[in-house]
Amino acid sequence: MASAAAPSVAKPGLGIRFERIERRFGALIALRSLSLEIAPGEFVALLGHNGAGKTTLLRITAQLMRPSRGAVTFFAESTDQQVPFRDVKGRTGLVGHSLLLYDELSAEENLTLFAKLYALENVPARVASALQACGLSSRATSQVRTFSRGMRQRLAIARALLHSPSLLLLDEPAAGLDRQGLEWLGATLKRLRGDGCTVIMSTHARNESLELATRAIVLAGGRLQQDTGAGGDLRQLLESMRAEA
Amino acid sequence: MNGLRAAFTLFAKECRLEFRTRELLTATVVFSLIIIVFFNFAFDPTPAEARRFGPGLLWIAFFFAGSLMVNPSFAREQTNDTLDALRMAPVPSFAVLAAKILANLVFLSIAEAILVPVFSLFYNVSLVGILGRLALVLFLGTVGLVTTGTVFSAISAHARMRELLLPVLLLPFLTPLLIAAVSTTISLFGEAHELDRTWMIFLIGFDVVFLTTSWLLSDFLAEG
Repeated sequence: MASAAAPSVAKPGLGIRFERIERRFGALIALRSLSLEIAPGEFVALLGHNGAGKTTLLRITAQLMRPSRGAVTFFAESTDQQVPFRDVKGRTGLVGHSLLLYDELSAEENLTLFAKLYALENVPARVASALQACGLSSRATSQVRTFSRGMRQRLAIARALLHSPSLLLLDEPAAGLDRQGLEWLGATLKRLRGDGCTVIMSTHARNESLELATRAIVLAGGRLQQDTGAGGDLRQLLESMRAEA
Repeated sequence: MNGLRAAFTLFAKECRLEFRTRELLTATVVFSLIIIVFFNFAFDPTPAEARRFGPGLLWIAFFFAGSLMVNPSFAREQTNDTLDALRMAPVPSFAVLAAKILANLVFLSIAEAILVPVFSLFYNVSLVGILGRLALVLFLGTVGLVTTGTVFSAISAHARMRELLLPVLLLPFLTPLLIAAVSTTISLFGEAHELDRTWMIFLIGFDVVFLTTSWLLSDFLAEG
């Protein structure tokens, strides 16, 4: 796997402002009056127990779900430079719980499909580069359904990075990855952080990629429990969470 | 991305998925053939009866084939939440819907191309001289059927009993279309072999109304 072969971020990272976000699923309140501002280029670790509201927050950020109350706005360098939702759509990458890949298509066909939908230039070269980066070049023509969990996850990450997103949302991205895969993920995230991409990663406290985070946010029961702030000291928080886990 | 180009990219994906497995086409054609053959042995119609009642039977077979075919349109996107990936791509929602409508139109047309000659053979109904006009009626009826069916497939995709729900939802909406399609086909199979223009206009109107509705509802439907 060669992280250097992956395309670099062409556009600067996106900032996000959540204003009193609430999300209900019937009687269940997944997010309660959450207000938060994430600056462009921040690498945010989103922590919390199961059911804390991490996935809901990521889906709202990805515009896959509407908040029941409150508003989400995206901005470029400063908060007065708002980016319209339609522009955010093509600049966001998501690695979710599901793979967002077609099992009956090959790795190459999956990436080619999304490269075309994102109107990328030089699609074959871009796809070949992405496959090489995630170490799946030798299995390019194999159907995704024949892949192991780790291979699928690597391809899912490669798909999310294909269009060089300005905002990358990761929901437990290390799931299923072996040691080699985790190293590749770490190297890729390090490169993205260097390129100024905004990253929000929901994960458990033991994930080694958390060392890359510049800020940690802890959710509990849909509320913001703890926020280290930009450039805050994450070490203490992570150590206490790891001890708890 | 340009909406038309996105629709064709997604249409190619739908075709690749279907022609790789042929699950839908095989199941649909076999099921419809059973209906046509079964009714022939059950009623043993004379050529005159076949010309009168055959169009109804033919469109019932197409309706069931269409119901089976459109059902997985959106449901198969749930396997790995691929609809989320499509929603996040910078393509118009209608491109996703249009690609599925177009793919279902092609698949059902293939099924019809197999079923119509079998119907002609078993029911002794000659298609000589009416094939072009019959193809036009089939096309207009099929456009209405797959457009409505694909829209309802999107609506029922998250329902627990969607296989049952879809035909139940679909039939009341498709009844006017089926009446028009059957009436036009009866007029074509008749002694004069003439198209009933009133029902033809109705078919065109139905297609226009439901295609426009699907375009207007596409953002809502893509949200799932």
